[in-house]
Amino acid sequence: MGLEQKLGDMGIVTTSLEKAVGWARTRSMWPLLFGLACCAIEMMSTQASRYDLSRFGMELMRASPRQSDLMIVAGRVSRKMAPVLRNLYDQMPDPKWVIAMGDCASCGGVFNNYAIVQGVDEIVPVDVYVAGCPPRPETLIDGIIKLHEKVRAEPLKKWA
Amino acid sequence: MKQDELAQSLKAALGGLVEDVVFFRDEVTLVVPREHIIEVLTYLRDAQGFDMLTDETCVDYYPREPRFGILYQLNSLSRLIRLRVKVMLSEHDPTIRSAVSVYRNANWLEREIYDLFGIHFEGHPNLRRILLPADYQGHPLRKEVPVTVEENAFSFNRARIDAQKPYATE
Amino acid sequence: MLTQTEAPTLGENTVRVEDVQLDITLDQLKKLVSPRALTGETMLMNMGPQHPSTHGVLRLLLELDGETIVNCIPDIGYLHTGIEKTAEGKTYLKAIPLTDRTDYLAPMSNNLAFCGTVEKLVGIEVPLRAQYLRVILMELTRMNSHLVWLGTHALDIGAMSVFLYCMREREMILDIYEAVSGARMMSSYIRPGGLWRDVPNVFFDLVQRVLDVFPRRLLEYEKLLTHNPMWKERTVGIGKISAQDAIAWGMTGPCLRGSGVNYDVRKAYPYSSYDHFEFSVPVGSNGDVYDRYLCRMEEFNQSLKIIRQALKNLPAGPVMTDDRKVAPPPKHEIAYSMESLIHHFKLWTEGFKAPEGEVYFAVESGKGEYGVLLSGDGTSKPRRVHFRAPSFHNLQPLNELARGHMLADIVAIIGSIDIVLGDVDR
Repeated sequence: MGLEQKLGDMGIVTTSLEKAVGWARTRSMWPLLFGLACCAIEMMSTQASRYDLSRFGMELMRASPRQSDLMIVAGRVSRKMAPVLRNLYDQMPDPKWVIAMGDCASCGGVFNNYAIVQGVDEIVPVDVYVAGCPPRPETLIDGIIKLHEKVRAEPLKKWA
Repeated sequence: MKQDELAQSLKAALGGLVEDVVFFRDEVTLVVPREHIIEVLTYLRDAQGFDMLTDETCVDYYPREPRFGILYQLNSLSRLIRLRVKVMLSEHDPTIRSAVSVYRNANWLEREIYDLFGIHFEGHPNLRRILLPADYQGHPLRKEVPVTVEENAFSFNRARIDAQKPYATE
Repeated sequence: MLTQTEAPTLGENTVRVEDVQLDITLDQLKKLVSPRALTGETMLMNMGPQHPSTHGVLRLLLELDGETIVNCIPDIGYLHTGIEKTAEGKTYLKAIPLTDRTDYLAPMSNNLAFCGTVEKLVGIEVPLRAQYLRVILMELTRMNSHLVWLGTHALDIGAMSVFLYCMREREMILDIYEAVSGARMMSSYIRPGGLWRDVPNVFFDLVQRVLDVFPRRLLEYEKLLTHNPMWKERTVGIGKISAQDAIAWGMTGPCLRGSGVNYDVRKAYPYSSYDHFEFSVPVGSNGDVYDRYLCRMEEFNQSLKIIRQALKNLPAGPVMTDDRKVAPPPKHEIAYSMESLIHHFKLWTEGFKAPEGEVYFAVESGKGEYGVLLSGDGTSKPRRVHFRAPSFHNLQPLNELARGHMLADIVAIIGSIDIVLGDVDR
């Protein structure tokens, strides 16, 4: 009903396996429920009423790293937190991606001092850096869409 | 003036226990030798009604000697007056008696000072690092520790940045 | 030579309590937990730092006798940012953005606390219009802070829709921040001597919208929670603390007032002409989670009342002091006056000098007494900045609050003391 009448008989759609898998991965991405600092509040705003991240199929935040495939490092990472963060990343099953949200997670931001890791890419490999202090929810959504594009283009071999 | 009277009355009451009374920007600071700090704090709490320790922290007056100043910011909820007590500590013997027996919330505050400045608090029930990891070396808020750790890179010379930066792998 | 005091060395008897690091010697552990934990009678359990209900990266070491909490030892520092050290390397003006990032749910309160301290140290008078605008922004900030508290607290206890409602209302306040400062969260709008600039016209419409809409929304929350038997079941009688204990632990804000102590910095040590406004300070009696909740809910109403008065009596005039020692020259003057240009340049590069001495200044932020202890050394950079963080002091008695309650109550207690880890760890 509906769609088929409009488009005619859809029959068989052919595509490459890589494209199908990449598409499927972007449609069921479960982020880790993991907030650190100020950016976590903006991450909450992104999921909440006005910005509504569920439009992109991303609203299901999992508190367990075993069930998630995207880590959004939202905020500054202190030297004390760094081993914990790596521990969480190691627990996530493949395929997994990391977004460094905000300046502090990307490069240390204004906190060029003894306590803060100068960029979370020293601890975990980062796929997308989102700039801003803190990034607006739109910026984070843009970062997520950028990540989706990247995931769709990834060859299957990478995670095999 | 409320604060003026306070300074005078405390000077009279404490007598020899107080080295100096500083009056700056409407705030009274009692400078107390470190031997008498617990006596003074107990007196202020019990007889003068300073029932809340608002804050306790340390200031590094490097290169001056005595180098460290421990500041106790007191507040009286009944009289609505603030008062500050200051103890100067030498660089060579940064030790002071713990105020936990007088004010309970000094516990974490003194742990923080120990963590960041390396001041020893005698009689503290649980003196260990609170903010920094347990294996951290040194006390970072001392003046000899530089403020920044990384050189500011004003160029986008990726090769140079990459050479210095330890990137993580899978 | 500089001496370095040695950290306690970790010897052979170092026990690793869980796989996440809390390197602590056995002797130190014995002081924290009951002897029953070492015989295996009670259970030691880790909670956090990555846990949905710890409001950030708080870590707790719980000692449990079945479901009952015997001891609850907070382990903080996972968000230690070194803000105090970084502020030592910046001029007074450039240190303001750092204060935004301590208690990031109430950035304007932190701005005011820091700027108020600098004003006290340098000796600057703030124009009345700026003071009134500061009051309006302060109260909006309090509502902002309380909205996030209410949303997350309710979410922890299991009321999901309240979270979505609160975040919806919070966007209205963030719109105001954006209109005045250009940033949604980290405003840095308050400067020593006044405000960055006068508020745009749209500011008044936006504030009016909050005043119109918010009382209705507040009734919705009250309908959902205040008399809800499930809510009361989980909050009444939980996490009690007496007035004497709360004072002795240095608790401030709604946590102290929930125990029946009428202490509010706005009334006790009025700043920014808070004594011009008529408002009451809600005080609880039992000191439990429910009373702290009621205090904060009533503070919404009082904030709205203050904003209405401030809008009505808002005086005209400048929003920045005319003391050119700290205030930058107006932009149009820079275009034709060489002196102004040099002055502007000097002010933004070197900054203004503050005298030597220590001052303390506190404001009543959403969480309690947010104070700044500033030590100036005669130059344009502070010798030492210490933030008296309300969350730090409110978190410290957590063990006393939680002892004897059930494991599931710990999230209600943490929610009710309204901690922000950025504030605790700084």
